[in-house]
Amino acid sequence: MKALVAVKRVIDYNVKVRVKSDNTDVDLANVKMALNPFCEIAVEEAVRLKEAGTVSEVVVVSIGPKACQEQIRTALALGADRGIQIETDEMPESLGVAKLLAKVVEEEKPELVILGKQSIDSDNNQTGQMLGALLDMPQGTFASEVKVEGDKVNVTREVDGGLQTVALNLPAIVTTDLRLNEPRYASLPNIMKAKKKPLDVKTPADLGVELKAHTRLLKVAPPAERQAGIRVSSVDELVDKLKNEAKVI
Amino acid sequence: MSEYKHPLTDAEFALNEVVGFDALCAENGFDDINSELASVILTEAGKFGTGVLSPLNVIGDTQGVKLTEKGVEETAGFKDAYQQFAEGGWNSLIADEAYEGQGLPNVLGTAVNEIWQSANMAFALCPLLTQGAVEAIAHHGSDELKQTYLPKMISGEWTGTMNLTEPDAGTDLAAIKTKAVPNGDHYLITGQKIFITWGDHQMTDNTIHLVLARLPDAPAGVKGISLFVVPKFLLDENGNPGARNDAHCVSVEHKLGIHASPTCVMSYGDNEGAVGYLVGEAHKGLAYMFTMMNCARQAVGLQGVAIAERSYQQALEYAKDRLQGTKKDGSRFSIIKFPDVRRMLMQMKSGTEAMRALALVGGAAVDRAARATDEAVQRKEQARLELLTPIVKGWITELAQELTYLGTQVNGGMGFIEETGSAQHYRDARILTIYEGTTGIQALDLVGRKTLLNKGEALADLLAEIEETVVALEGEAAFAEQGKALREALNAGQEARTWLLENAEQDPAAAGAVSVHFMMLFGFLCGGWLMGKSALRAQALLDAGNGDPEYLKGKLVTAQFYSEHLLPRTKASLDTIRKGSASIMALSEDQF
Repeated sequence: MKALVAVKRVIDYNVKVRVKSDNTDVDLANVKMALNPFCEIAVEEAVRLKEAGTVSEVVVVSIGPKACQEQIRTALALGADRGIQIETDEMPESLGVAKLLAKVVEEEKPELVILGKQSIDSDNNQTGQMLGALLDMPQGTFASEVKVEGDKVNVTREVDGGLQTVALNLPAIVTTDLRLNEPRYASLPNIMKAKKKPLDVKTPADLGVELKAHTRLLKVAPPAERQAGIRVSSVDELVDKLKNEAKVI
Repeated sequence: MSEYKHPLTDAEFALNEVVGFDALCAENGFDDINSELASVILTEAGKFGTGVLSPLNVIGDTQGVKLTEKGVEETAGFKDAYQQFAEGGWNSLIADEAYEGQGLPNVLGTAVNEIWQSANMAFALCPLLTQGAVEAIAHHGSDELKQTYLPKMISGEWTGTMNLTEPDAGTDLAAIKTKAVPNGDHYLITGQKIFITWGDHQMTDNTIHLVLARLPDAPAGVKGISLFVVPKFLLDENGNPGARNDAHCVSVEHKLGIHASPTCVMSYGDNEGAVGYLVGEAHKGLAYMFTMMNCARQAVGLQGVAIAERSYQQALEYAKDRLQGTKKDGSRFSIIKFPDVRRMLMQMKSGTEAMRALALVGGAAVDRAARATDEAVQRKEQARLELLTPIVKGWITELAQELTYLGTQVNGGMGFIEETGSAQHYRDARILTIYEGTTGIQALDLVGRKTLLNKGEALADLLAEIEETVVALEGEAAFAEQGKALREALNAGQEARTWLLENAEQDPAAAGAVSVHFMMLFGFLCGGWLMGKSALRAQALLDAGNGDPEYLKGKLVTAQFYSEHLLPRTKASLDTIRKGSASIMALSEDQF
């Protein structure tokens, strides 16, 4: 069984995000970039399935400029077998990403497609669902447990009311939630091996996809700075302020 | 409690811009190894250090180790961390590919080791000692010894120890009394060794001790000492640990710092005699130890960088959080706004960055000396490596005392309270000027073997290279002041060298009397040299629009601070050196 994992290069979650002075976008110049944490969980799950003997090959795919090869290499160092970069300097929207991934799925024919439920930069939470629609494949989103049994995959989903388990016919799409697993640390021998693992580069044109922008970014502003707090002298004063100033009770 | 975060940007700057990692790899036959790979390795190692090793640092300090019937029990959690460390292959980084090592450059190993040492120095001593034992066997052991022990020590499946010191033989190893008697295909070892770092623990299936001992026919003194491999468990016919060898930890020391690192009294041959195997030839043990000394001493110098960095991170976090000033409108501000707190933080930052650069330059010298193919080049690189080693070890570990002291000082009263964490770094740092040759020994090595013995040639070569940086600084208007300061420090270095060469012969006490000042002078000078180089590189990157401008501008200021606050110490050292031994040697012993 082949697993395809989509990974995205995003700003490192440890970095304090700065907004460009003209408010046109987030400032990514000279900022440390990393593998999107949800994507890392997706890679880990695929590698675990491989170690369990369920999956025979793990293919990672990323979309972006050449620099995103770093994130593909990171995934390879975590245990994926080969990589595909779809080279584009655009930042494609979720639908564009889903269309590109759909073409890769058609070529690679994986039984399992694992994606992070969202990326920590754009926070759209759309790509997995759109990919399911484009390919007419069953989807199990927000997975906290994935079990392959025969020609089905049981996905336990984190939903508002608790946990919901769905059985999907393979091939299927899974998007990962935070609690699915705890990704491993890359080992030194695997980092070294990752250098030599195959990495194909394709373009959207190779896949016959034309990327179109359906939305326009108008403005990016940092959140308002927090005002300093005050110390109240009694519970009564606190209740009074909550009622009359903050008007929250 | 502050958690450790690896200073990746500065480590990469030192590695790529000061050392020139890509050029080093290309010139020394490290094919396919480049700064891109180094960045990945450092990033992943940083995650491991922060996520696995750092959280155990305080636990190790407060819980320490216990000696029970099973032997030494390490701090809870260390075994699991060690297994992860070994499974991550981190032990194999610079080891020979022939024995499943990764064969990466020593300088990259140095940069990675900083992470382990910062995250948890007591833990990191275990793989550090294993590395020393691996080198001893790799360089001097028979093929059979290598095949038997190296793969599992390199993988981290077994750990290694170094057994030199005895109750009556510390710095003076000629006094070693431990005996080795031939017994068939092996030797039986009897004697007691002290200060054996990670001499026993339960983290692995076996521990391989390297032990210095005397054969029955050994000549007296340093030329009668041999080196033996003594495994904790003897190996069965399949090479797996079997019968318990007669080598036991009989006591663990109570120490000022590095509580989680068991410092063992090891007893060999209390019962039937400990089985040992000779490494290399008889009577050459001490010479073998000397071949590893450069790496071992530099590794301790690196610990000074690591502990200063950790202390700085803790102090910085406190200085930003601690509200202890009030503005006119009643709002409060943190102590980092006070000039003297900034002075202390800048001293820590600039000192640590200079030390890091020097530790990596020293680490690169190991690669160059080991890989040089041309004989003349090899001799020169080896001389440079040997010259830098006592400076790396002596100066860095001494400065680390001052910097961890400042870390505690920034914390004020809270720094004296254990729970804030600063005190641990201050205590842990204290061993660094002592083990692997005290500061006094490093300084004697620098003035004696490394300077007087070659008539100051190696030092002159280094001074000439420093002058290139002085000239480059003087040539840039923006760096005129720094160029002038470095020129003065360089002059101090030249004069100190001349003074030593002229006075050592007529006054036998002169070299020893001035040695520590001499070593500190050259330490601060080397720091100034590399900070000057850093400033030039940072400016070049800024001019070209490369790199993170915030970091690079910070580097320019840090270099300026170093040149204004630390570099002038070279002149004070020179003043003292010129006074020679008179006031040091004048008192009779009774007058003390």
